Amino acid sequence: MEFEPVIGLEVHAQLKTNTKIFCSCSTKFGADPNTHVCPVCLGMPGVLPVLNKTVVEYAMRMALATDCTIAHQSRFARKNYFYPDLPKGYQISQYELPIAEHGHVNITMEDGTKKRIGITRIHMEEDAGKLIHDPTRPVSRVDFNRTGTPLIEIVSEPDIRSPEEAGAYLRQVRSILRYLGISDGNMEEGSFRCDANVSIRPRGTEPFGTRAELKNLNSFKYVESAIAYEIKRQKMVIGDGGDVVQETRLWDSAGNRSISMRGKEEAHDYRYFPDPDLVPLVIDDEWIESVRKRLPELPEARKARFLDEYALPEYDADILTSAKELADYFEDCAKEVENPKIVSNWVMGTLLGLLNAEGKSIEESPVSPAQLAELLILIETSVISGKIAKTVFDEMVKSGKAAKAIVEEKGLVQVTDESAIEAVVDQVIDANPAEVEKFKAGNAKLMGFFVGQVMRETKGKANPQIVNKLLKKKLG
Amino acid sequence: MDLHALTIHDAHELLKNKKISAKELVSSVIDRIETVDPVVDAYITITKEIALAQAEIADKTISSGKMKKLTGIPIAIKDLICTKGVPTTCASKILENFTPPYDATVMEKLNAAGAVMVGKVNMDEFAMGSSTENSGIKITKNPWEQSRVPGGSSGGSAAAVAADMCLGALGSDTGGSIRQPASHCGVVGVKPTYGRVSRFGLVAFASSLDQIGPLTKDVRDAAILLNAISGYDAKDSTSVDTDTPDYHALLSDDVKGLKIGIPKEYHTTKGVSADVLSAVQNAMAVFKNAGAKLVDISLPHAQYAIAAYYLIAPAEASSNLARYDGVKYGLRDSGPGGLIDMYKNTRSIGFGPEVQRRILLGTYALSAGYYDAYYKKASQIRTLIKRDFMRAFDACDLILAPVAPTPAFKIGENIDDPLNMYLTDIFTLSANLAGIPGLSVPCGFSESGLPIGLQLMGTYFDEQRILNAAYFFEQATDFHHKKPRLKIL
Repeated sequence: MEFEPVIGLEVHAQLKTNTKIFCSCSTKFGADPNTHVCPVCLGMPGVLPVLNKTVVEYAMRMALATDCTIAHQSRFARKNYFYPDLPKGYQISQYELPIAEHGHVNITMEDGTKKRIGITRIHMEEDAGKLIHDPTRPVSRVDFNRTGTPLIEIVSEPDIRSPEEAGAYLRQVRSILRYLGISDGNMEEGSFRCDANVSIRPRGTEPFGTRAELKNLNSFKYVESAIAYEIKRQKMVIGDGGDVVQETRLWDSAGNRSISMRGKEEAHDYRYFPDPDLVPLVIDDEWIESVRKRLPELPEARKARFLDEYALPEYDADILTSAKELADYFEDCAKEVENPKIVSNWVMGTLLGLLNAEGKSIEESPVSPAQLAELLILIETSVISGKIAKTVFDEMVKSGKAAKAIVEEKGLVQVTDESAIEAVVDQVIDANPAEVEKFKAGNAKLMGFFVGQVMRETKGKANPQIVNKLLKKKLG
Repeated sequence: MDLHALTIHDAHELLKNKKISAKELVSSVIDRIETVDPVVDAYITITKEIALAQAEIADKTISSGKMKKLTGIPIAIKDLICTKGVPTTCASKILENFTPPYDATVMEKLNAAGAVMVGKVNMDEFAMGSSTENSGIKITKNPWEQSRVPGGSSGGSAAAVAADMCLGALGSDTGGSIRQPASHCGVVGVKPTYGRVSRFGLVAFASSLDQIGPLTKDVRDAAILLNAISGYDAKDSTSVDTDTPDYHALLSDDVKGLKIGIPKEYHTTKGVSADVLSAVQNAMAVFKNAGAKLVDISLPHAQYAIAAYYLIAPAEASSNLARYDGVKYGLRDSGPGGLIDMYKNTRSIGFGPEVQRRILLGTYALSAGYYDAYYKKASQIRTLIKRDFMRAFDACDLILAPVAPTPAFKIGENIDDPLNMYLTDIFTLSANLAGIPGLSVPCGFSESGLPIGLQLMGTYFDEQRILNAAYFFEQATDFHHKKPRLKIL
């Protein structure tokens, strides 16, 4: 029997507000333990939460960006459980009445296939603190700095059918969050977390199989491998005549497998109920419209514009708009340069190649968009060749100097004087009679040899178009 | 002159006219506490030094001419209202060593008004109870008869006011916890509209029901103290941004034409003592003779109030009290075992039986599979009870009812019968479920001389009207002039 995987993802994204969701403590990461705390986020007796309006606006941005319906009235609820990193003994979240529901995200797979993934709901909640376990003694400490950091949880419909789709969905969600400027979306640092619900069913059937919830997926790679593993595991269980059991499984990235954490029987009963300390959150149309008006251009729209305005191939537009900062870089550079495609080639090829090799982000690029534009203009105006430009680029990275300065300093200005090039062409033809014979006999591949020789003689400075033209003329 | 026996408004006049100093007044109250409290056991913490220091400041304020209504007035604070630097125990072993680093909003307001804190007073642990017998610290005695309870949960507040160990007190009312002890101790107690007084710094029992209010020697004092603590607070999302009238300045004893609703259900309730019935009947006659109209009204869902309350309040409490886990503050059992053992032992040792009972009840009511049948159903009942009141207030201006079915009962009488104890809240719970204001004003004495209170309930934010009616009643009667005769050994 052929099985089809059914996957739904729950994403937790930390919001980049300056202060926490229910008090005015800073959300800054990396402070000394328990320095960004107050009686409210420490859950001391008698204190009360007050909702941070910016958190609501950020959640509304995500809701609008994913075409969700924003509830005119939503409620906060208490999720009750005991854990030392949860100072109140409950987490303030949303349950029955979340801020937004019924949206979707469009994804494009690597082969160009497009798909729409439904969003079930988006809700706001507070983060918990962190436990720090002493490796030398049986002692644990708790740091409440993170307690009360705002989160939104984005729950997808079970519309995802493969690990790759899960990856594409996650990347798209992260990209939207970053475009909106509401979250760093950093999985390794924990500002972007994902749990996956995975089940399988015979292809062509409707009812869902029993699902397993996968946790501890703290990189894009782990999400995809854990889902792939889980699909295989469930197929094996069913293949062996067994039944998949409802459980929570932890991904063990070192062992490349998942381990059962708890079964259905041990599942927590969170005893949700409306938080009586917070009044219902009322959002009117006026507020929704004011947030909508202030929404930035989103990845999909930007990609469409890149196709239209810069006439880029879809592949280029996809990559360049995958992150807001990359798209910004491209546009900052492209506005100075005549041909957008040359910018796209350089950004996607040389620049991203360098950044990937050095593990840097686009914001950390040693070459600014204006500096790159200066270099590309030198190519467009035939001052240097594309090949020389690579050398200049490397020098720019190394020395931080401007392209023009490097070209002048090193005498790299392209030779476009036809008579000067002609002299070298003649010299090369004279020096290689055997190759000339072979070429004339029909070995067209040798053209490259002659171009190379001319370039070597001119230290790469000869204009390649002129070299080609003259060689073709002379060799007939 | 016994300064501690003064009302707030009388003391204010004497202070203003420099007949007495705040220091003399506060010292008199401290002396009274030191003499009487060993018998009454109302105080958990006596803040003598703070009080004397505040009195000194008050005297300077008075001589500089910047005196306010509460300047130099000694007030007792229920021990679940957070007081910066002063232990706030909630009468629980689990918070016996807890000192908050912040003031409740009502404390900031009292401090700004120049009031003097003389101490923190006893209560049922976490305000769960109707007799103050559930205190994890001590048992407070009714000043009128020391073998009897002062009522609860604000029993310490009521007893301290009745025994002249303060001029006024703050209590909190979740299901009658101000009105019932006020009734049992022969003082005035007001539960304001939910949202009128900030709950910031009030240690939560049941967040959707809790409200801080005054306990005083007469209605005028209640109006003064309520003025001082009322008002919107940005730190409490459930406080309501509406103007607070000057209750004291607007106090009026005109009840002519006032329509007073008499709920037929309350007058057919079983188990109401003859003493209470006749005191309430007499009160009705007093109003009628002054030109008020008595109107029959119906609160058909009142019969479900106890059931609904004892699901909603414990449900909220089970969540509110989860923070006392031994991790951050308060008691921690450091015996052997792991995390779960620490939780279990800390909470088993730290919470008394009634608190544990309510945590269990509430946890059960919120559990998966039971939520709809219990918590949700109770919330629906609550909506119906609110609707009953709204309908009733279309036909009347305020509602008159007993506060408690009987006068103060004997210490130990109900302690082994929690259900019977819960039933004593029958007349007071509805106001909390609906969120409306209610008060208790002395309206008579039992045959054996125990005080009986009359309850007046108003519509939302209409404290003025019930204060006025109570003020009229007080003027027309002299129950509030009678004082308990304490047997001091």
